[in-house]
Amino acid sequence: MTTGQIGQAGGAPPPPLEEASRGRRKPTDAAPLTPYLFLAPYLVLFLVFVVAPAIYGLWISLHNWDYLLPGKPFVGLQNYVDLFTPNSTTSGPFWNSMEATGKFTLYSVPLLLVIPLLIALVLNQTFPGRTFFRAVFFAPYVLGVAVVGILWRFILDPNVGLLNYYLEFIPGVPENIPWTTALPWAWAALVIPTVWWTLGFNAVIYLAGLQDINPELYEAAKVDGANGWQRFLNVTLPGLRPVLFFVLTVTILASANMFGQAYLITQGAPGNETRPAIMYIAEHGLRQFQMGSAAAMGYVLALVLALVSVANFTFFRYRGD
Amino acid sequence: MTQATARAPKAQRREPAEIFRLVLSYAVLILVTLAFLAPLLWMLSTSLKPNFITTRFPPQWVPAQLSNEGYAALLGPNSQAPVFRWFLNSMIAASAQTLLILITASLAAYALARMSFRGKNLLFGIIIATLFIPPVSLIVPNYLIVDMFGWLDTLWAVIVPGAAGAFGVFFLRQFFISLPRELEEAALIDGANWFQIFTSVVLPLSKAPLATLAILSFLTNWNDFLWPLYVLFNAPNFTLQPALGILQSSYTTNYTIIMAGGMLATVLPLVLYIFAQRYIIEGVSRSGLKG
Repeated sequence: MTTGQIGQAGGAPPPPLEEASRGRRKPTDAAPLTPYLFLAPYLVLFLVFVVAPAIYGLWISLHNWDYLLPGKPFVGLQNYVDLFTPNSTTSGPFWNSMEATGKFTLYSVPLLLVIPLLIALVLNQTFPGRTFFRAVFFAPYVLGVAVVGILWRFILDPNVGLLNYYLEFIPGVPENIPWTTALPWAWAALVIPTVWWTLGFNAVIYLAGLQDINPELYEAAKVDGANGWQRFLNVTLPGLRPVLFFVLTVTILASANMFGQAYLITQGAPGNETRPAIMYIAEHGLRQFQMGSAAAMGYVLALVLALVSVANFTFFRYRGD
Repeated sequence: MTQATARAPKAQRREPAEIFRLVLSYAVLILVTLAFLAPLLWMLSTSLKPNFITTRFPPQWVPAQLSNEGYAALLGPNSQAPVFRWFLNSMIAASAQTLLILITASLAAYALARMSFRGKNLLFGIIIATLFIPPVSLIVPNYLIVDMFGWLDTLWAVIVPGAAGAFGVFFLRQFFISLPRELEEAALIDGANWFQIFTSVVLPLSKAPLATLAILSFLTNWNDFLWPLYVLFNAPNFTLQPALGILQSSYTTNYTIIMAGGMLATVLPLVLYIFAQRYIIEGVSRSGLKG
């Protein structure tokens, strides 16, 4: 997937300077050290805070690494084995939290794919005020997740929240819905604020994609007698394919990284049903200081997400060719 | 574009049916927009009323009685919460990290965009691949590395590690590649060195993308919640976002105070958004076109 992206990102034709540099040096070539000097400051950060943790984390995950204890005995793959052993102390809560992450992703991603697309389709028409409406729908995205969390915790409060108050006016809706403490409501309490918060981000990306579709294709489809729905299916959707892939990948990753909403709105309740993997890993590693097993969990999570991204990529490559 | 041309002749003589359709579309759009903005308006309204009204029904969208008790409790002389410190900490952290990202990412992106050296594609590939690693999967080793530097519970922890993110490099490299080479080549032939070209030719041409990156970086750091929540321990060292969690748990039902805290954490991003909306939205939509 990454190579595909680089291919496009660096899609400019091969720069003539580089071609030439293979033969003789031109005055426009950099001295051999220059590129590394330019790269150095960033590479130091990258090595220390991305590469080193990735390797060091593997090392930690091979130990019974309790931050508070002086001894950190080497245990080999035991932390990983434990995660895949049904009755170990970590496997239950970990897979429970992975399931929560999976469920949240499953519930939020379809909404975050469809609703922003509808908004983008509306905003892609030419009408007065459209920039204003675009700005409004994007606005919540500039808020921090902590603000979103405390605000929606208040709105969703079973007793004093706005939402339950207004729902009372709708016949057939149960009274005093326990949004933050019972299932299935707690999922809605995480999904609704997330959709509200991030739909503008996806809508803006869709909108850019829509504006890239050649208008002549629509004209041609019209001449062929295609109606609005057929034009959407045969021109808009295929034209959006790369953007759809990007939005899907980014949205899945973002949903799998959900933390603040659960931390501030449901606190993982009821029980630990809505506690996402990230919250469990962070609490287990950085509050209970069981860093060895928490590091192992981090890698399992990253691996699962990588597999999901690869699956997306394969799906999008084979479809529609 | 298609719609514009199709609609233009009709616009001259609008039939009642069409006017009705137009009014209806706007009415729906405005209603949806209002509902969408309601949570924000509710936060503002709640922060401005005395607490005893905040949970009264029917809800008072426009407070019958205005009060500054929420803001006074946070910012007044008897405040139990070091809100000014939090604000200042967030300000320092977000500004410092933004500066660090602008400097390091622009230099690296320029080398990756314009210079030829061994291993360039591999290096760029590795950097971009990290965009897909969820940062939290490395939270434990990162915590220990920050601990080795002695940075736990200091602002360094929320300034430096986050600057290693790949987005800035990726974003600026895109732009540098799109610049015409002629100016740089002319300057090289005139005897300027690469660093001079970078600072006096390339950077001045890159004001818009640099501004976009600066705003996005500032907002990202300002809004970060998970990482500061775990690497900052003592209340005075907190940044605003994790501090909101403290406000929520210590003032449980005093919604005026909690919402006032939310407003204080929101004012700056919102003002930034209102004035720099173009940069933010364009930055986001450009990042999507690479997919």
